[in-house]
Amino acid sequence: MSALGRFVQRLASRKANWLFILPSLVLLGLLGLPLLALIWKAAGQDFFAYALSPSALSALRLSLLTSTISTALAVAAGMPLAYILARWHFWGKSALELLVDLPVVLPPSAAGLALLVAFGRSGVFGPELSALGISLPFTTAAVVFAQTFVAAPLFVRSAKTGFSEIDQQLEEAAFAEGADEIQLFRHVMFPLAWRSLLTGSILTWTRALGEFGATILFAGNLEGKTQTMPLAIYLGLERGLGVALALSVVLVVVSVILLGVIRRLERQNKS
Amino acid sequence: MKHLALIFIFIAILLVACGQTPTSAQVGATATEMTQPMTLTVFAAASLTDAFTEIGKAFEVSHPNVSVVFSFAGSQILRTQIEQGAEPDIFASANELEMDTLVSDGLVAADAPQTFVTNKLVIVLPPNNPADVQTLADLARPGLKLVLAASDVPAGKYTRQVLENLNGLYGSDFSTKVLANVVSDEENIRLVLTKVQLGEADAGSVYASDAVAAPDLLTLPIPDPYNVVAEYPIAAPVGAPSPQMAATFIAYVLSPDGQAVMEKWGFTPVNP
Repeated sequence: MSALGRFVQRLASRKANWLFILPSLVLLGLLGLPLLALIWKAAGQDFFAYALSPSALSALRLSLLTSTISTALAVAAGMPLAYILARWHFWGKSALELLVDLPVVLPPSAAGLALLVAFGRSGVFGPELSALGISLPFTTAAVVFAQTFVAAPLFVRSAKTGFSEIDQQLEEAAFAEGADEIQLFRHVMFPLAWRSLLTGSILTWTRALGEFGATILFAGNLEGKTQTMPLAIYLGLERGLGVALALSVVLVVVSVILLGVIRRLERQNKS
Repeated sequence: MKHLALIFIFIAILLVACGQTPTSAQVGATATEMTQPMTLTVFAAASLTDAFTEIGKAFEVSHPNVSVVFSFAGSQILRTQIEQGAEPDIFASANELEMDTLVSDGLVAADAPQTFVTNKLVIVLPPNNPADVQTLADLARPGLKLVLAASDVPAGKYTRQVLENLNGLYGSDFSTKVLANVVSDEENIRLVLTKVQLGEADAGSVYASDAVAAPDLLTLPIPDPYNVVAEYPIAAPVGAPSPQMAATFIAYVLSPDGQAVMEKWGFTPVNP
């Protein structure tokens, strides 16, 4: 009997399995079919000409650079924040949690507008920034700002969950042994929450890589400076479907490779 | 669980509340339909939103049995919708390319499209003019922050053509110097306007009709000999459900009354 036949038989042997499999197939179809269609439609003789064009490569380079910096920023500042939100109790904490969750539900274009009216040249804090000689809009730094604003909350959420799942008794035991807060974090909390932190940074990194709305408003669109892959894809639509399709596929492939590598690292570290 | 139920009830109430308005609007529409029903569907380029809304109201006053329904979107999107089977009575495009595509698709008769207005480019500046731009020559000043539509967008293409034309006035390296000042190639005119309105860009290039819609901005005209004229064609597609009323509407747009409205919104009339 073929492997497929055995598989089908096994499915049929327990009827209730279908209650899990059918809904899953619906969702998997919704997630997978568009990606397949994208690749199917993009595969043509012009694919490599579009995908390897200097402007596509420059957009890819910029996307990888900015999303990595954004993720590093999110981790550097988000880990302490997540720790505070998970372990400390203080007045106004729930307001802070709401603030951190908001960018996740905010439409990215609203986020971009908010960044512009806050940190733009004529924004609320514009005069202070220009006194320091800083002008953010239309710079690569603005791309990082936009990505971090939109994506960092995902890291904070995940890290917070990781830290709060750790048994309170461990913390008390560590303090009883004379550990200080830093030692507790380094030797107990960080190793135990490691997986949540990694998951959070992957989420943040992929969200930053796909960021579009906040970037086009706050940073604008200039090749080599602020034109990331998602912007290049959107602008590509003006030139023709082929360009946009090819760039989309490149972004999908790069994301798959990087996610694969990270998951592999994750597994290796576990074993 | 109790909270979850409360949240669902809250959302349900919101949905019902939001549903109220369309229901009452539908009642209104039914009332008009009882006195000779006739709906004219007009697909019009997004830049025509203000002007055509006004023209539509005036047309409804002079033709009480007609209710004009607009769908405003990018010309490219509207063209795609017609190709995919949408059957409007009228298609008004912001460029000839989309109309020509429909003609070659056989969806618009070759002799149907008529130019009803033209649009030209202007330079817009933030109200406080931070870079102190007084003439077009100032656009070449190093360090100026200029925002244009991307070169793949019609408006961006026209802008670059205008800069080339201005080389004849300001010297052969003028356009190169100006393009070196570009800090962002925007995907559409709306984004160019936003960045000038918020004072982030020192100058931007938009259509005259866009500048009229943003009265708080300063405008710097581009002399006609150097400007590029964008022609707006209008036509009733082959499958138009009410071709006669469509012809009446197009005639109204081309009439002195219709052209006056178009001019008010910054377009250049073809029948002044």
